[in-house]
Amino acid sequence: MHRRSLLAGATVALALAAAPAGAQQRTEIQFWYGLGGALGERVQEQVKRFNDSQSQYTVNAQFRGGYVEVMTGAIAAWRAGNPPHIAQVFEVGTATMMAAGQAIKPVHQLSAETGIAINAAQYLAGVRGYYSDTQGRLVSMPHNSSSALMWVNLDAFQKAGITEMPKTWREVRAAAEKLKAANATPCVMTTTWPTWVMFEQQSSIHDVALAKPANGFEGMNVEMNLGDPFFLKHVQFLLDLQKDGLFRYAGRDNAAGNLFPSGECAIGFGSSAGRAQIERDAKFKWASLPLPYHDDLIQTPRNGVIGGASLWTLTARNRTPQEYAAVAAFYAFISRPEEDAWWHQVTGYVPLTTAAYEKSRAEGFYQRNPGADAAIIQLNRAQPTPNSQGFRLGGMVEIRNIIQEELEKALQGQQTAQAALEAANRRANVVLRNFERANRS
Amino acid sequence: MQKRVIFPDKGLPYLLLAPQLAITFVFFFLPAGQAIWFSFLRQDAFGNRTEFVWFENFAELFADPLYLGSIRVTVVFSLAVTVLAMSVALGLAVLADRQIRGATAYKTLLIWPYAIAPAVAAILWIFIFHPQIGLAGRFLNGIGVAWDYKLNGAQALAVVVLASAWKQVSYNFLFFLAGLQSIPRSVLEAAAIDGASEARRFWTIVFPLLSPTTFFLLVINITYAFFDTFGVIDALTKGGPAQATTTLIYRAYIDGRVNLDLGSSSAQSVVLMVAVIALTAVQFRYIERKVHY
Repeated sequence: MHRRSLLAGATVALALAAAPAGAQQRTEIQFWYGLGGALGERVQEQVKRFNDSQSQYTVNAQFRGGYVEVMTGAIAAWRAGNPPHIAQVFEVGTATMMAAGQAIKPVHQLSAETGIAINAAQYLAGVRGYYSDTQGRLVSMPHNSSSALMWVNLDAFQKAGITEMPKTWREVRAAAEKLKAANATPCVMTTTWPTWVMFEQQSSIHDVALAKPANGFEGMNVEMNLGDPFFLKHVQFLLDLQKDGLFRYAGRDNAAGNLFPSGECAIGFGSSAGRAQIERDAKFKWASLPLPYHDDLIQTPRNGVIGGASLWTLTARNRTPQEYAAVAAFYAFISRPEEDAWWHQVTGYVPLTTAAYEKSRAEGFYQRNPGADAAIIQLNRAQPTPNSQGFRLGGMVEIRNIIQEELEKALQGQQTAQAALEAANRRANVVLRNFERANRS
Repeated sequence: MQKRVIFPDKGLPYLLLAPQLAITFVFFFLPAGQAIWFSFLRQDAFGNRTEFVWFENFAELFADPLYLGSIRVTVVFSLAVTVLAMSVALGLAVLADRQIRGATAYKTLLIWPYAIAPAVAAILWIFIFHPQIGLAGRFLNGIGVAWDYKLNGAQALAVVVLASAWKQVSYNFLFFLAGLQSIPRSVLEAAAIDGASEARRFWTIVFPLLSPTTFFLLVINITYAFFDTFGVIDALTKGGPAQATTTLIYRAYIDGRVNLDLGSSSAQSVVLMVAVIALTAVQFRYIERKVHY
C-alpha cells in the first residue's frame, strides 16, 4: 500500500519534472473558419475560453474568408501536406468531405483513439443525422446549424389588416395580396438562398426526395428527383406570385439578406441565423414563423433540415496523437451544455445538443425571445424520414447553382417551370455522375 | 546597321538573364505545365483518385451548350470593355492634354480608380446600381424603367461591363496622356496654320501617331477583360442571372475553386491560354502592320 503510493508519487514527480517543458510547449492546433463579422467574433471568444480553460492545448483560430475559401484552401493545403487540424466546411460540402477517405478522421474514430468521449447521442437528431455515416456514426463535428424561417413584418401586417399569422402557402398568398393592396411595403415578399429554402427545405417538409434514393445518404448512385409533381407545383406557385407582383427575386445565396431587415419587403425567407442582424437593424415589430407548406399536399408538415457548417478533422503525415487529442478536447468543450447554450443564444444558430436546448428553455430564453425556438421546433417536430434527414449529394454547391440558374431563367420568362425543372434535373445528374466517377475507389 | 552590344564572355549574359528566367519558369511555365497535365486527368477534390482521360475534359466542354454560351458572353464582354475603356480614356486624355487650370489634380484624380481592388470597385457599383438600395437603381425604377440587373441578363452584363471598364480607364488614360505628350507640337501647329480643324488634326495626325500606344493598350485591355475581371463579376453578379455574365475565366474559376472539378477547370484554362496566344499573335501579325512607330 505504502509502496504503491510511493510509486505513484514518483510517477507524479517524474511527470512534474517533465511537465515544465510540456507546459511551455502547449500543443497548438490550427482551426480555419469561414464566419465573418459578429459571428466570427463569437468563434474567437469561444476559442479563447477553451484556451484559458486548460493548460495543455492552444487552438489557433483563423478566419480564412467565406465557406468556399475555407474548403478549397483546406483541400489545397491537404494536397500540399500541411492542412489545418480543423476546417469548418459548409453543409453542402459534406458529401465531398465524406468521400475524402484518408484525408479526414471521423469524429467517432477520433473519440475512440484519443479516449476523449464525444457522445453522438447528445446532439439533436436533425443535426446528428446530417453529419453521420450510414452506420449512424458521427463523422464531422456539428458546429453551426441553422434552419430556414419565414420572417414577417408585423407593422406591415397590421397596416394590411392581417391578424392571423399565415401557416400555409395559401394563407401566405392571401396575406401577400392584402399587403400589396394596402401598399404596406415597397416589396411584398422575397427569399434568400433560393435553392436551400425553396427546394431543399420545402421538399423536406413535404416529405419529397430531392434526389433518389434517400437524398444520397445511401451512396453515390443517386439521381435527382426534380421531376416530382411537388417541385412543378411549387415553382409554378412562385412564378405566379412573381407575375402578380407578390414575390421579388433578389439574387442568389444571401443577396436578398438586407431586404427584410431594412423594411423593404414585408415577408422574407431566410436562415434562423439572420436573427441577430434583424434584431439590430429592423426598425419595426417582427416575428419568425415556421416555413409554410401546401396544405393540399401534406396535412402535417415534416421536419425541416439544417444548413450551416460542421468541423472536419484533417489528417497529415506528421500529426501527433497530442494534436488529435487537442482537437477532441476542443470538440468536447464546445459540446458542453453551457458553451453550446451560449453559442445558440448569442448567434441564432440552433443548439447542437439537447442539453443546451433544455438549459436555454429552463433559463427562460424563449420567453424573453419569442420565436427564437421556431427553428428548433421545425427541425424536431417530426421523426426524420429518408426524404427529410438532409442531403448528401456530391457537387452540391454546383447543383445549388444549377437550380438557381434555371429558376432565374424561368423567372425571366425565358422558360416554363416544367422546362426549368427538366433542365436542372438533367444538368444536376451530370454533376452527380461526374462525382461518382471521380470518387469511385 | 543595328548597334549590337558585344559581351566578351558567353556566360555573363545568361547569368544576368537567370533571375528573370527563373521567375518566368517557376511562376509561369510550371503552373501552365501543370494546368496542361491536369486537363488530361479526372480527379476527386483531394487528389486521392486520379484517372487519365485523354481529351475527355475538352470533348465535354465543347459538347456543353452552356460553355459555348460563355464563349459568346466573353466575346461581347471583352469587346465592350475594351472599346468603352479605351475610348473614354482617350477622350479624357485629350481633354487633360490641354492647357487647363488644375491639370495635375485632375490627372491625379483620374488615376485613382486603378488603385481600387476589384471587389471594392464592385461594391461601389452595387451602391449605384442595386435595384433597391442603389442611387441610380432607385432613380431608374422611380422614373418607370424596369431596372433589375439581378434578373435581367442584358442589364447585368451592362453593369459588369461598366464596372470592369471603369477600373481600366485610369490605366489607359495614363498611357494615352503620355502618348499625346510625346506628339511633336510643331506638327500640330503646322497643321493648324494650314487651316485644319481640330477634329481633322486629331484624326489625321494625333490618332495615327498614337497608334503604338493604342495597339499596346488594345492587347493589354483584351487580356485584362479575359483574365482580370472575375473579381468584379463575382462580387456583382456571380455569373448570373442564369449564365448571362459567366465569362470563360469566371467559369474556370467556379469549376475549379467552387465546384472542385480540377480537370474541367484546367481544360478551360488551356483553352483560354490557346485563345489568348492566338489573339495576341493575330494582333501582332495584322494590326501591328498598320501601326506607325
